[in-house]
Amino acid sequence: MRERMKNILHILSRDSAPPKEVIVAFFEDESSFLKAAREAKGIKDLDAITPYPVHGLEQILNIKRSWIPWVTFIFGLIGLSAGLALTYYTSVVSWPLIIGGKPFFSLPAFIPVMFECTVLFSALASVAALFYACDLPRVNPPILDKDLTSHKFALYCPAEQNSETEVRQIFEQLGVEKVLTGSF
Amino acid sequence: MNSPHKEKQSSLILGNKTLKQITEDISVLTEKIPGVRYLLTLAGAKTLFIFYLIVMGTIVVVGMGLMAVNHPVGWGVDIINLVFWIGIGHAGTLISAILFLFRQKWRTSIARTAEAMTVFAVMTAALFPLLHTGRPWLAYWLLPYPNQRGSLWVNFRSPLLWDVFAISTYATVSIVFWYVGMVPDLATLRDRATNKVRKFIYGILSLGWRGTARHWSHYEMTYMILAAISTPLVLSVHSVISFDFAVASLPGWHTTIFPPYFVAGAIFSGFGMVVTLMCLVRVFVPQFKDYITINHMEAMNKIIMVTGMLVGYAYLSELFIAWYSGSPYEQFAFKNRITGPYAWSYWIMMSCNVIIPQLFWFKKFRRSIPVMFVVSILVNVGMWFERYVIVVTSLHRDFLPANWGSFNMTFYDFGALIGSFGMFLTLFLLYMRTLPAISIAEVKPTAVHKE
Repeated sequence: MRERMKNILHILSRDSAPPKEVIVAFFEDESSFLKAAREAKGIKDLDAITPYPVHGLEQILNIKRSWIPWVTFIFGLIGLSAGLALTYYTSVVSWPLIIGGKPFFSLPAFIPVMFECTVLFSALASVAALFYACDLPRVNPPILDKDLTSHKFALYCPAEQNSETEVRQIFEQLGVEKVLTGSF
Repeated sequence: MNSPHKEKQSSLILGNKTLKQITEDISVLTEKIPGVRYLLTLAGAKTLFIFYLIVMGTIVVVGMGLMAVNHPVGWGVDIINLVFWIGIGHAGTLISAILFLFRQKWRTSIARTAEAMTVFAVMTAALFPLLHTGRPWLAYWLLPYPNQRGSLWVNFRSPLLWDVFAISTYATVSIVFWYVGMVPDLATLRDRATNKVRKFIYGILSLGWRGTARHWSHYEMTYMILAAISTPLVLSVHSVISFDFAVASLPGWHTTIFPPYFVAGAIFSGFGMVVTLMCLVRVFVPQFKDYITINHMEAMNKIIMVTGMLVGYAYLSELFIAWYSGSPYEQFAFKNRITGPYAWSYWIMMSCNVIIPQLFWFKKFRRSIPVMFVVSILVNVGMWFERYVIVVTSLHRDFLPANWGSFNMTFYDFGALIGSFGMFLTLFLLYMRTLPAISIAEVKPTAVHKE
């Protein structure tokens, strides 16, 4: 039973990507973290873990603008068409009825439903896209340090693409005390 | 230029908190065993909730005849309560979405709880139209699904059906918005968890959030999109609710001012409820006083005053248009509201919504917890009576004097009204102790600026 549950959870979750070995540097406050992020040059695929969104980090780490708005836009259009299709099919094609002397295709009266469908589709699709982009949901996510969701900050890079001694050197030059390896 | 700005930001959170303290202050509420005071309050709310279930159950089993609805007042307390509770929900979305788009940093301390209020208020509200149908077990007939009656579809030209779409979309998007905002904080709770059960529950709820810079980038974008989507959505919901009235040709209902008037009223009553709840939160959870400061309360009181005046303007313009239209039916409807058999409800509405909030012109009252607590409750009394005035006084005197009648609330009407607070408060109290009641990740950046 337990095994079966685990299997189901595995299929549902996105644990297919196994954790990678990473080299991590920890920081106790935002300013020293940001300073190090800015000055750490020459590390490949540098990423950060922060307890809250730190402003300016995207430029420092060269993170591209999120593609999620495109999903919102496309699904908004799909929702709009779905709302129109639903009202049109039911009121004009499937069983046309004259109600209140209005034409079968009374578009102004259909606008609220079309609007709500647009909103619903685009909102849910955006969140689905967020889940996809952030590897959610994930059972047993690798956690490097429990305090990273509370008050600590970290810079990390994959150990495969970087040489550990070099990375350690860079971080030590920046005055980082704690550099560890872990799987993330 | 720079320094007053900084000073303003630091006044958002008192007590020079470190990031760790912020996490601690907010999470501890979900971690320690609740005290006697909380349990007694919860027991009270639950008792009221059970009473509500009994009242609702009796109405469902025995029938709608138990409530006061009758000819000609075919819309009664169920519809009044629906509009009332949906309206309360609107402040949560306003705080979490519209103030977010306007970059109002003070919203961070109250956004989570206001949004929880939205979700619970919409849940409370959504039961009333179902009850009002008299046969809630056939509620699925409201949905356009292929059926064996032809298919006989729902009528998309009816505002009542727009309501089905508007309210269900609003409920869904509000819950999603609330939940997405909570995921990083749930991860904080997961990482702080010391026992297996907590770790398991918050582990599931946090969906495996890790908070890398790339994740945050997508996350912030999604949050902004949801805020941008929720903004027109929230305006549409109460507009659609107002169409239920405005599309009908009854004097007192048939006015084009209804959508903005309803939206302003909704925000007004919602802020009233937020202030009521926040006053209570400040009393029950002393450490939150550093987050939900008097400055926050004052800002909300200003919004109450502004929206109160918007509502007052709508009342007056209704009167003006009734006179200016020259329509005898319209003029009679409003004269009847002011001087007729239900004039008392009109004057309760006027004094609670238009006159009493004027107290907030004075800074002393805007910043006094007892004053704002009383005013915020009166605002909601007034807003309930606004819906009472709209529904009852318009219906009980329509075009034909032969149709005239009266509306007398029964025990079950009062039970449904009072009991609904039991449902709302039970949900709210459970939320306060199980989920992070202030957005941890959103509050932190506003605290960091001081360093």
